[in-house]
Amino acid sequence: MRYQTRLRLWGYAFLLPSVLLFAAVVAYPLLNLFRLSTFESGLFTGTRFVGIDNYVKMLEQPQFYQSLKVTLIWTLGVVPLTLVLGLLVALLLNQGAARFTGFFRVVYFIPVVTNMVAASFVWKWLFEPTNGVVNYFAASLHLAQPGWLADPKYALSAMMVVGIWKQLGFAMVLFLAGLQGLPREVLDAARIDGASSSQAFWFVKLPLLNATLIFVLVLLTVNAFRVFTIPYVMSAGGLTYGTPGGPLDSTRVFAIHIYDLGFKAHQMGAASAAAVALLLLTMLLTLLQFRLVGRPGSAE
Amino acid sequence: MITRHVNAQEHPRTRSSLPPLTLLAYLLIGIGGVVMMLPLAWMVSASFKPMSEIIQVPPTWIPQHFTFRNYQQVFAEFPFARYFLNSVVTTLLIILSVLISSVSGGYALAKFRLPGQHVILILFLLALMVPFQSLMVPTYQLMVSLHLVNTYAGVVYPFLFSATGIFLMRQFISDLPSELIEAARIDGASEPRILMSVILPLLGPALAALTILEFSSAWEEFLWPSIITSSDATRTIPIGLQYFAEQYGTRIDLQMAGSTLAALPVILGFLLLQKQFIEGIALTGVKG
Repeated sequence: MRYQTRLRLWGYAFLLPSVLLFAAVVAYPLLNLFRLSTFESGLFTGTRFVGIDNYVKMLEQPQFYQSLKVTLIWTLGVVPLTLVLGLLVALLLNQGAARFTGFFRVVYFIPVVTNMVAASFVWKWLFEPTNGVVNYFAASLHLAQPGWLADPKYALSAMMVVGIWKQLGFAMVLFLAGLQGLPREVLDAARIDGASSSQAFWFVKLPLLNATLIFVLVLLTVNAFRVFTIPYVMSAGGLTYGTPGGPLDSTRVFAIHIYDLGFKAHQMGAASAAAVALLLLTMLLTLLQFRLVGRPGSAE
Repeated sequence: MITRHVNAQEHPRTRSSLPPLTLLAYLLIGIGGVVMMLPLAWMVSASFKPMSEIIQVPPTWIPQHFTFRNYQQVFAEFPFARYFLNSVVTTLLIILSVLISSVSGGYALAKFRLPGQHVILILFLLALMVPFQSLMVPTYQLMVSLHLVNTYAGVVYPFLFSATGIFLMRQFISDLPSELIEAARIDGASEPRILMSVILPLLGPALAALTILEFSSAWEEFLWPSIITSSDATRTIPIGLQYFAEQYGTRIDLQMAGSTLAALPVILGFLLLQKQFIEGIALTGVKG
């Protein structure tokens, strides 16, 4: 019995660092977030309890809906395209181009490890309206040459291209791992039964890849909800185009909205209310993931 | 007929002529690969060009007026070495803290039966769902009251704990046979010693995966350091780059030299350790 107690004490001791860090890094700020969201704090006015006022104001603010809309468009554009293109590249590498799988896997993965701020600069200049490479190619193909980042109609799409470019290799690697983990016997059985390669894909491989698909889907969606660096760096910084989230709030994603309220307008209460909204949205998504693929850490 | 066709696709090494589908696959993959590399090629090429050549239409891919001046100027006007040092120190601190807390916490959750364990597990699951963007305002307030603004401690603070790390380690350690631990206990090994010399040596792949995961995210982190840093003493590479760009808005030549310097070390590191990198990502993907 004494031995059991001693063992337990060791167990708690091993658990201590992570519990302490959790309390300091997650729990305390999280509780404080809810408290802050019920206060109004101006830079010079001091803080004052306002109850649910920040939430009411948030729901009356056009910028709140604009940033929700922009985030939603980003999600609906970047996630499916990254998913489909990543899967396509993985399938092609797994079959046809098997001889160069290693080489191409590296080529497609390099954007993932390329510094995101650096990459955003590069793309910003590629999308430059008059001297940029993108419009040079567009001109030689006799296509329209829009102002891209300077034009509210095109700015978000240009940034979404960067989001896809950056994450495609990541999705591909996860799909390749999934494809290589498929049981050979099942694929062989399908081939012996005379399934064509497209039949084998739709009716055998895709259902077996289900868990990987959902995992990548949720990961990309959560990333899309949190996106900040690409729209921030590509819209601000440098003298060319104005404020983060611009032009005309057309690229104001949710994270920029919170950042803007909290650290530019110094309205900590309003920023906290918006942060709670983001928290609820993300939790909803993650709970959906757990329902679909089982909880992380549970047996596979 | 169908069978032979599928066979040819699955085993392209058989020395028959290449089936058209395989050729098409090569073509698509090749075009896609060129598109993926084009921005980086432009970046490196522009970093060796004078401004006049960068904005030239049509663009040149191989610099006509090759120059090192952009790099000289970047090093003269931009404390790159300092930013690099800041990035290295903060990334190492984050990796160290996450590895230690994840291994020890994961071990406790995997191999000990502790009252209250489930509550802690649920709390950690909750942490998995909280996006940092939601916590940045209260965390900043906390940093202000602890006087950690513009310090290394402030830069690393929100990333010292990783719920993903705990679950990864817990999963990995659960798969190790408990008999190993029992045997070590019978031999009289102390509990910390069992963790250090029985468990730890078996965690190689998981440690590598977690290190790579934490390295990539810490090295890339932009949002938080852009809030918490306010001088070159703590600015990390991404922040330094952005700060530099704000000052030299239209100097694309200098920006591209700076961007190349920022991106290249990690790309080279990846090329050297690509197998570990990709397997690490895949492992965390599978285990989640």
